[in-house]
Amino acid sequence: MSLPRFGPHDDPGPSFAALLRRTAAGGTDVGAFGADPATRTAPMEIPHGTTCVAVRYDSGVVLAGDRRATAGHLISNHRIEKVFPADRHSGVAIAGAAGPSAEMVRLFQLQLEHYEKVEGTPISLEGKANQLGQMVRANLPAAMQGLVVVPIFAGFDLAADRGRLFEYDVTGGRYEERDHVATGSGSLHADTVVKLGFRPSMARSAATDLVLDALYVASDADSATGGPDPVRDVFPVVAVIDADGYQRLDDTELRRRSERLLRRHRSRREAGGGS
Amino acid sequence: MTMPFYAPPEQMMKDKADYARKGIARGRSLVAFRYRGGIAIVAENTSSTLRKVSEIYDRIAFAGVGRYNEFDQLRIAGVRHADLKGFSFSREDVDARSLANAYAQSLGHVFTHELKPMEVEILVAEIGLDTNGGGDQLFHILYDGTVADEDDWVVLGGETEEISERFEEALPAAPRSLADGVRAAVGALAGPERTLSAESLEAAVLERGNHRRAFRRLTDEELSTILAV
Repeated sequence: MSLPRFGPHDDPGPSFAALLRRTAAGGTDVGAFGADPATRTAPMEIPHGTTCVAVRYDSGVVLAGDRRATAGHLISNHRIEKVFPADRHSGVAIAGAAGPSAEMVRLFQLQLEHYEKVEGTPISLEGKANQLGQMVRANLPAAMQGLVVVPIFAGFDLAADRGRLFEYDVTGGRYEERDHVATGSGSLHADTVVKLGFRPSMARSAATDLVLDALYVASDADSATGGPDPVRDVFPVVAVIDADGYQRLDDTELRRRSERLLRRHRSRREAGGGS
Repeated sequence: MTMPFYAPPEQMMKDKADYARKGIARGRSLVAFRYRGGIAIVAENTSSTLRKVSEIYDRIAFAGVGRYNEFDQLRIAGVRHADLKGFSFSREDVDARSLANAYAQSLGHVFTHELKPMEVEILVAEIGLDTNGGGDQLFHILYDGTVADEDDWVVLGGETEEISERFEEALPAAPRSLADGVRAAVGALAGPERTLSAESLEAAVLERGNHRRAFRRLTDEELSTILAV
């Protein structure tokens, strides 16, 4: 591989996507899967990841996703991960076609780091949210054929000193949410739970339990969302992002909290309660 | 038809090399060395925004002396090279040696084919995965594409001979601490007649540890604390 050098008129600047397009490595048009809708039909049953939720708490944001991937009516993966760090102070959770989602996350992570290295300074949180919007927008032709990718972007804004949440639609439309957001097939149920349980300035622990509860209820009603799985020892992924940066909660803590959640639901049921 | 004046190739190469060396000697020098926890690069640089030392990839750093705009272009090309390679293959496939060769190819091409050679000398440093320092690499690349693989430390820029002599004398034997190495480097860069304060220095390290991105800049406060001893 030779050194990629450009003249002043065709320099891709700090954009990694633009760089890919100008080099041989970008032979496949990344960020635009199935860019030519006329010549391609979407495969019928490709793996999809589903429900993700995010909640703002007193000193940051909590971001969570279940672990199931489905292809049609079958479960194709029991331990897929949908929550990723984007950079030190932000994370992304993705619902939608698993392959394009993973590729979009990889490109997004790289874009943030590439910009930071080329420019010597990181992109603002707002700028990162816009970048992701552009990637979702570039995926629109593929989304029209069923390869939908709908992310949540969450981060700690060091300039504003608070956590911020962004949701997207398939056209790349970007909407900032104040307190909580959910995406994916189980999002209706998950969002209702979060809406009812949300309190302003929640503590981190309460927010973590709330998102786990939301995913549990979603898994109870939506076949494409996976619940806590003590048999395989697989629990939803939860990440917290605060002034210290992105941190994925470790499996011991997630196991403990998930088991407590299951006990609570069991005792509620035994006491004659709903669900 | 007019005949161009004949210039022997030896003379042309020598003229170009002299030109490049003169340009490099106008700038300030830098020193890189291995220490117990990684690799450190210390440069004399009064600007706190126009950097000489930068991050290329997870375990790879770049440093340049000479004309700022030229080595900064090379830096960006290096970031692009590394990120593209990591994207098309895997992060662990990105290595300093291949980057150093790409730099050498590019600099060599400019030196022989273009009117003006690049007035730069660059360093590509990489820390190995081995926790006790095995696999650390320092590649020193000259304006004409010559590559040298340095073992323990290297000086880039003008007056390298004097600085090297002073540095070799002051540098404790390996394995050394970061602070000892930085003090030796700053003393060597300053020479007997000057003292350099943290504000006129730029320093960064590639640190072995749990972070994926090993590159870290030393702040002025950190440098002052080290130099105060």
